[in-house]
Amino acid sequence: MSAPNKSYDPVEVEALKPEEIARRRDEALAAIAAAGDLEALREVKVAHTGDRSPLALANREIGALPPHAKADAGKRVGQARGQVNQALKARQEELEAERDARVLVEEAVDVTLPYDRTPAGARHPITTFSERIEDVFVAMGYEVAEGPEVEAEWFNFDALNFPPDHPAREMQDTFFVRGAKGDGDAEGSGVVLRTHTSPVQIRSMIDREPPIYVICPGRTYRTDELDATHTPVFNQVELLAIDEGLTMADLKGTLDHMVRALFGEGMSTRLRPNFFPFTEPSAEMDMLCYVCRGESVGNPDRPCRTCSSEGWIELGGCGMVNPRVLIACGVDPDRYSGFAFGFGIERMLMFRHNVEDMRDMVEGDVRFTRPFGMEI
Amino acid sequence: MRVPLSWLREYVDLPAGETGRDVQAKLVAAGLEVETVEQLGAGLKGPLVVGQVRTIEELEGFKKPIRFCTVDVGGANGTGEPQEIVCGARNFAVGDKVVVVLPGAELPGGFAISARKTYGKVSHGMICSSDELGMGDDGTHGIIVLPPEHEVGTDAIELLELVDEVLDIAVTPDRGYCLSLRGVARETATAYELPLRDPALLDVPAPNGHGYPVEVADPLGCDRFTARTVTGLDPEAQSPIWLKRRLQKAGMRPVSLAVDITNYVMLELGQPLHAYDRSRVSGAIGVRRAEPGEKLTTLDGTQRVLDAEDLVITDEGGPIGLAGVMGGANTEIADTAADPGSGRVAGTTEVVIEAAHFAPVPVARTARRHKLSSEASRRFERGVDPEATSAAAQRTVDLLVLLAGGTAEVGVTEITAPRAPHTITLPADHPDKVAGVSYGRETVVRRLQQIGCDVYGADDLTVTVPSWRPDLTDPNDLAEEVIRLEGYENLPSTLPQPPAGRGLTERQRLHRRVGRALAGAGYVEALNYPFLGEEVLDQFGLAADDPRRDLVRLVNPLSDAEPALRTTLLPGLLGALRRNVGRGEHDLALFETGLVFRATGDEPPAAVLPVDRRPTDEQICELDAALPHQPRRAAAVLAGDREQAGWWGTGTPVSWADAIEAGRVVAREAGAELIVRQDQQDPWHPGRCAALLTVVDGEEILVGNAGELHPRVTKALGLPERTCAMEIELDRLERAGTGRVEAPHVSTFPVATQDVALVVDASVPAAEVETALRQGAGELLESLRLFDVFTGEQLGEGSKSLAYALRFRAPDRTLTAEEIAASRDAAVSVAAERTGATLRGA
Repeated sequence: MSAPNKSYDPVEVEALKPEEIARRRDEALAAIAAAGDLEALREVKVAHTGDRSPLALANREIGALPPHAKADAGKRVGQARGQVNQALKARQEELEAERDARVLVEEAVDVTLPYDRTPAGARHPITTFSERIEDVFVAMGYEVAEGPEVEAEWFNFDALNFPPDHPAREMQDTFFVRGAKGDGDAEGSGVVLRTHTSPVQIRSMIDREPPIYVICPGRTYRTDELDATHTPVFNQVELLAIDEGLTMADLKGTLDHMVRALFGEGMSTRLRPNFFPFTEPSAEMDMLCYVCRGESVGNPDRPCRTCSSEGWIELGGCGMVNPRVLIACGVDPDRYSGFAFGFGIERMLMFRHNVEDMRDMVEGDVRFTRPFGMEI
Repeated sequence: MRVPLSWLREYVDLPAGETGRDVQAKLVAAGLEVETVEQLGAGLKGPLVVGQVRTIEELEGFKKPIRFCTVDVGGANGTGEPQEIVCGARNFAVGDKVVVVLPGAELPGGFAISARKTYGKVSHGMICSSDELGMGDDGTHGIIVLPPEHEVGTDAIELLELVDEVLDIAVTPDRGYCLSLRGVARETATAYELPLRDPALLDVPAPNGHGYPVEVADPLGCDRFTARTVTGLDPEAQSPIWLKRRLQKAGMRPVSLAVDITNYVMLELGQPLHAYDRSRVSGAIGVRRAEPGEKLTTLDGTQRVLDAEDLVITDEGGPIGLAGVMGGANTEIADTAADPGSGRVAGTTEVVIEAAHFAPVPVARTARRHKLSSEASRRFERGVDPEATSAAAQRTVDLLVLLAGGTAEVGVTEITAPRAPHTITLPADHPDKVAGVSYGRETVVRRLQQIGCDVYGADDLTVTVPSWRPDLTDPNDLAEEVIRLEGYENLPSTLPQPPAGRGLTERQRLHRRVGRALAGAGYVEALNYPFLGEEVLDQFGLAADDPRRDLVRLVNPLSDAEPALRTTLLPGLLGALRRNVGRGEHDLALFETGLVFRATGDEPPAAVLPVDRRPTDEQICELDAALPHQPRRAAAVLAGDREQAGWWGTGTPVSWADAIEAGRVVAREAGAELIVRQDQQDPWHPGRCAALLTVVDGEEILVGNAGELHPRVTKALGLPERTCAMEIELDRLERAGTGRVEAPHVSTFPVATQDVALVVDASVPAAEVETALRQGAGELLESLRLFDVFTGEQLGEGSKSLAYALRFRAPDRTLTAEEIAASRDAAVSVAAERTGATLRGA
């Protein structure tokens, strides 16, 4: 780079002569006009506006001029460079438009080509539906509680007010676990595969101080053979609420809220008296058929497959926690009351998603599971 | 419990037009689970009449014997002439009264009757069997032969009570009293608010000392025993049609008059009864526990070795019945049989009737021990009205006198252990508090009285429960009675306000994230049964002392081939993989998360703790110690192509690397740093198996394995070649989580990239080289990536070249060329020192 040089006469600087600048400018404009494509234009741009281009070099000489000459020369060079840049920009746009019209068309591909390079994965609807139910209650302030699947009979039966020889125990079709010594003592180990997630309720009451609001999802086991509507390994969601002054009306309200959250506004539940050792009073709970909303009842023209035109779908069991259960868990029944309910996830999935055969849910066929995606 | 509506109406005056479905709705609302209402005789249309067989001609030349009959049907056919009918049954003779269906009639199931040609004759109708009329099993397997007293031409639809409705009720264990017409009628009467005609309200003679001797040695097991004797029974007497029909409709098979009567009374009153042939009972009847090793052949013909806990009925010769479960064959009422020589009919002519009350638990235990559930045991287990024994005995006596021509002996034996009626005290507003409804005292008292309780008191009620409701023991039981009768459907709907919650736990969130991450990586979740057989562990090649053989075994597995619980998720997951392959899917990636079960072998039996108080923490710990270890794991399996071939190019087959990457995906979600080491572990390929480790509290722990399966294993299990698998223990991984993430400082100074190619011995694991490079490069290293692995002649046998891209950056300045070179050289020199690496081309 040249340092200021006061001994030079401006007219002596060849590059800054007006005609020389005009020549360089015209050369540049001609080259720009002649550039046939964007690549050529890029070269022209480098040659005529780059750091080593004649006009750029001329521009540097301005600094060497005496102050009185700087303005003139600067104006001349600046105008010339401005004209070149403008022409460049115009030509750039021209050529880009041309390319867009021609080249990009040539580069067109078939965007409908499939790209199933790595097939999508999916989570099992039992998992995601269970989570969805959990979320409904977690949003209300409930905690999710878990427990072992191989469970002591005391947790699975005794604490739940199943007396040792009561027929209610036999309703449960229990898998019994062999004792550690393995000598075939049928029921001597006192350990079973849990027949419901109710032992988690017991553990929750033993581990926590009231008020207790928990939801207990999980795998459960009963000795049913697998067929279209039964499976020996199934999933339940149970709920337990223990607080001062809880009533059956609160149970009903909680159930109503759940079915609205899972099946939409306008849904409701119905309770029918039933018997469970661990609740008293006990009830069977039905939900309004979410498909026909009860309108198929007595209406043979509009039969409903989902509820067999009953108008209601059986969900599961519920009731007020039997005070004997509270006592076994160290909860004072004179101060606290509670309600509980439980239902099978598979069954609810079957009617929510028209699953026709239980086996589809246990066999792990990817064609069944994939459409359910990540959430349900 | 099957309840014929016509029978129910005997005790409750239901409105005339009330259908079975109407009654069903009322009873369901009251808490009886009426599962179905069976319509008997639906679609049945006459003429169906009593006929008398006039002639029988045996037709020859057919595959089975065929009879051509003429049957007198009176005027029912319009002509009065005998009706010509072809019949394939043989259990009737000339002169027998039979049931004839005439042309124009329709049998259940839409079977229209017309005159038709068959076996070379025209048959004008049919002689009917009970099956054809939808009557249920009558034990004859032939056509119905009626008692001779029925008039020819009588309408048989009415005579055989063919049209009826039957309520089928699934009785819950607390409602033992509803295993009787009496109990269901009581509920029906309450539901309709109509009076009940209680069939147990009978005139019963007072007990006296002349009855059959009975000695009860176990008054706790048997608190009531009524014995009555009836003599002079006509062995030829048959059960009348009405009796048989009621039994059939209730689902029982008619057997013989005496047996039918005891069954009938049991259905009516809920009291199981037993009739002993008095000539076969010797000496006093006793009730006691069995002597160990005593034997008894029960009515079903099975010889049973008795347990010292079994409650038995005895005579001088030993046990003659399992109390409340089943009688013995040795005192069974004899089948009526005609002696071929004399023609004299022999059979039971004298019976002793037992109507006793047995405690539920011994009956339940005996029934379970001998795998012998009977109508009697079902009722005793659920609770029978102890006050009903004498009425039931009386009703049986009455029917034997009426139908079998017997004579009731005057002796009435009644052994009664004293029992106080059960009373419950509860605040009058207790049902209100349970329901969240203001019923008021009046309603509560009225409802309790309706179910048979005596109620006293104002603010606190003292309630004496009826003898047939042993299930009512606690205040909440009474609350339920009030609430159900007031209608569950009338409960309001209110929402309680739980305290604010804290959402899911870290652990629960991790489980969700792992599932999402694996599904996001292309894996499909499969939830497999946890049942396992040892065969698959052999196929896995597991050593005898492999901990995965520490199985938790089931007493009653569904399949003997899978008697235990899984100790690893892989067998189930590989089974699902094989099933998918079998169904034509070849490119597969599956995952599962779930519990595995590891027996320690030292689990003590789990104690049965009391339930009248909270167990102590020590007791809870002891219970937990009885359980096997149940950690949660995640596993993934792959086969076929990981990336499919397509227009973009070729596919990529699944590899050991995918399996290890699945482990990394899981570990990343746990926030754990995964260390991968070469390993040899069944069922993996010995050269393609990685141990997955992580650091917990400064110590490396094994969390899983991953890689390609051993070819021997894929072959034994019928899996695709080169199937890959990963299994990792989430509970361990969880402990390695780094917890709160420290936000990195993001430097905006320029990055400097340096590539180095290092030649090492082929046996040196890349992970070691990488570790060395990282440590050597120091703090300026921003990231490091292995971008190429090369082996070839240029390097010589047994060597490989690992090419790394190192990126350096400082947080506070642009690095100088000298700094960059120094960091790189330091990295290389540590790698050289630890792994013998040399710079390629150096």
